[in-house]
Amino acid sequence: MDPRLSVIGERLEEVARIIVVCSGKGGVGKSLIASLTSLLSSRSGLRVGLLDLDFHGPSCHIILGARKASPLEDRGLVPPTVAGVRLMSLAFLAGDKPIPLRGADVTNALLELLAITRWGRLDLLIVDSPPGMGEEILDVARILRRAEALLVTTPSPLSLSTVSRLVQLLKSLRTPIVGVLENMRREEEGEVAREARRWGVRYLGWLPYDPEIEAAIGDPARLLSTQLARRLGEALREAGILR
Amino acid sequence: MHEWALAEAIIRCVEDATGGKGGVEEVYIVVGELQSIDLEVLRWALGELSRGTRLEQATFKFEVERAEFACRNCGKRWSLSDASLGEEEREAVHFVPELVHSFVKCPACGSPDFEVVKGRGVWVKYIRLREG
Ligand SMILES: Nc1ncnc2c1ncn2[C@@H]1O[C@H](COP(=O)(O)OP(=O)(O)OP(=O)(O)O)[C@@H](O)[C@H]1O
Ligand SMILES: [Mg+2]
Ligand SMILES: [Zn+2]
Repeated sequence: MDPRLSVIGERLEEVARIIVVCSGKGGVGKSLIASLTSLLSSRSGLRVGLLDLDFHGPSCHIILGARKASPLEDRGLVPPTVAGVRLMSLAFLAGDKPIPLRGADVTNALLELLAITRWGRLDLLIVDSPPGMGEEILDVARILRRAEALLVTTPSPLSLSTVSRLVQLLKSLRTPIVGVLENMRREEEGEVAREARRWGVRYLGWLPYDPEIEAAIGDPARLLSTQLARRLGEALREAGILR
Repeated sequence: MHEWALAEAIIRCVEDATGGKGGVEEVYIVVGELQSIDLEVLRWALGELSRGTRLEQATFKFEVERAEFACRNCGKRWSLSDASLGEEEREAVHFVPELVHSFVKCPACGSPDFEVVKGRGVWVKYIRLREG
């Protein structure tokens, strides 16, 4: 008997909604969108948590400028609050060291993290996921049964082809899909909206390639004032994630 | 996992497994060395948290399983006592044992690609219910 499974449900008891930002494809903006979504949610008055499940390349703590933050030990770990967001990441424990985990280790680390983290009461828990369709996606679907997926793609056919596979996978896992966001669009194109219709997934709109973003990484206030944040806020309200 | 989180998990787990079948007499728990669990704190937490539950009268027995590693690269086997972890590293591994891969390397070839053969995790080996 694994005692961790018994306690995970309890840890998430007061979390009203769980949204996993995913794509299957790497480098399309998942972490940036997951982090910005939590910042926007917090600004709109929601109690929000952000869980970084990209163990091999955790990024959310860098985007939110929380490299020095650390969880508080209190009958488990209480995530630090950064710009109104309760953030949990393995980076807080491993520092800048590599975290070379194989499949079963990833599942174990994920279970352990879910079992020790005390989120408290949350309106929304955003989960950032790594590229691929391995343990992180499969375990989230298996363990966090009520999690919903928010898909991210770029207009590139390379991204679309992977996201299309993920859509099929999520459908077989019966994970609800909130919709798909098109990121880093540089010119007028309609391919993603058309594809989304083909998949039977809601198209939530597009986000521009925003050259100001890199300079704003690590600075929540500045991130919130970008054009990208404004556009994302509109899309999330439209999707019913933000009020 | 932290002792308190662990105690909570164990109680939850024993309650689920024995589904309303009366008092629990004994719970036998195996603890991997890698978790660096303070057994006295765990015992105390179990006592506190089992108040008012069916585990209230239970005796908790512990067994610590020594950690053992096997290198996937060169086949070397070694134990935790051969690896020296700093205070912060031990703490991190205590919360998430997989982080041992961030801090420990094979003593023979230096690879972090090793298997934790033994001594990870915590599980309930058996539960004895009270008669009658
Ligand atoms: N709309 C955008 N405008 C400009 N830059 C962007 C935009 N979206 C993402 N980026 C940048 O693109 C890079 C990749 O973004 P990010 O790390 O969020 O992607 P990811 O999907 O999480 O990647 P990975 O698969 O490695 O986790 C980052 O440098 C990020 O700042
Ligand atoms: Mg990422
Ligand atoms: Zn070796």
